[in-house]
Amino acid sequence: MDFLTPPTWADALAIRAERPDAVPIAGGTDVMVELNFHRRRPGVLLDLTRIGDLTTWAMDGELLRIGAGVSYTRIIEELGDRLPGLAMASRTVGSPQIRNRGTVGGNLGSASPAGDAHPPLLAAGAQVELASVRGTRLVPIDEFFTGPKRSVLAPDELIAAVWVRPADGPEQFSKIGTRNAMVIAVSSFALALHPGRREVGTGIGSAAPTPRRAAEAELYAAGQLPWDTLAGLEPDVARRFGELVAAAASPIDDVRGTAAYRRHALAVLAQRTLTWAWRDLCG
Amino acid sequence: MRVTCTVNGTPRTADDVWEGESLLYVLRERLGLPGSKNACEQGECGSCTVYLDGTAVCACLVAAGQATGRDVRTVEGLAPEGELDPVQRAFLQTGAVQCGFCTPGLIVSVHDLLARVPHPSDPEIREALAGNLCRCTGYEKIMDAVRLAASEAGTR
Repeated sequence: MDFLTPPTWADALAIRAERPDAVPIAGGTDVMVELNFHRRRPGVLLDLTRIGDLTTWAMDGELLRIGAGVSYTRIIEELGDRLPGLAMASRTVGSPQIRNRGTVGGNLGSASPAGDAHPPLLAAGAQVELASVRGTRLVPIDEFFTGPKRSVLAPDELIAAVWVRPADGPEQFSKIGTRNAMVIAVSSFALALHPGRREVGTGIGSAAPTPRRAAEAELYAAGQLPWDTLAGLEPDVARRFGELVAAAASPIDDVRGTAAYRRHALAVLAQRTLTWAWRDLCG
Repeated sequence: MRVTCTVNGTPRTADDVWEGESLLYVLRERLGLPGSKNACEQGECGSCTVYLDGTAVCACLVAAGQATGRDVRTVEGLAPEGELDPVQRAFLQTGAVQCGFCTPGLIVSVHDLLARVPHPSDPEIREALAGNLCRCTGYEKIMDAVRLAASEAGTR
């Protein structure tokens, strides 16, 4: 095995192109587990932690560009005001030690259906910046995931950044698990309200082969919420929204929970987050 | 490969390091620093918590090569030789140690918490220690230790 530490992004892309057996490593919270348990023996470990560009974020026009190597701790501390949904989800990741190392780029790279960053990025309509020696492309996040732990990332590509518009309305995230910390989601749900354009964003986690949106639920809520009067949320609307979110999932039975429980939990999470977010909006 | 980093203020070099090895293995097996404990090897238990460039991390999830040129501080380096850090003293005074296996990781995590939040609330303590498992104490004595260390740190 080789351990390669490219000092620049261009060097990293060159190695990635030349060595298809290279496994990128940043915070190591997924990759090192596979190495420690002898599940994986890559030809190359491609250490991305020396590339300064990856650990920066900045506004670019109306969008935030978050480098793939920005840790969850920094998202919580530095971007909590602009991306409250992603920050809420980040707070539920692992433990302080894990949040200090784990990155959103790594979460996307692993592409687990249970990845905590995915639902809020789906709800916010984020885009993923992929780069290779061939060039750079932006992929809408709802087209990024292709299956459990699979994505459109090509063998010669690296995840450079996530692009996302700062919240223009309330965002919420909720997650079901056996503890309040150190837990992989049994199911999770993120919601974003866009009162300016009267739209609703959603993201379902851990209840389908990939993280996914609940498109029908989004349209339903956008059409039913009393945007003009900002009146209280009708219980029937919240309940129907929950049903539509649950219907958008295709969960499985596994060690963490049954499909039936996941679907039920999702309906509850959806109702709760819509209730909280609408209350946030109405003050 | 060769890995050179600063450990507890001293430049250290380890040779013949396997490229997929963890910082924890280097510390324990190559540099003779067994304070950081090896248990879950997946970041679940916190027994291997160390500082990497001042940030608390699980040493089992840091690739050895990622530590090259970095500053590592382990439980052995929290106080000068022959002395105890206030956090270590508080664990002894409150009986927050039973089998002792999780203690080094907890000590580093508490040290990190009190450096960031000198007077943490109970929920803040629980949140900060959520990644450190103890199977003996039931955590109550550990909570006592953190409160004591916080009060001592405030008066020293």
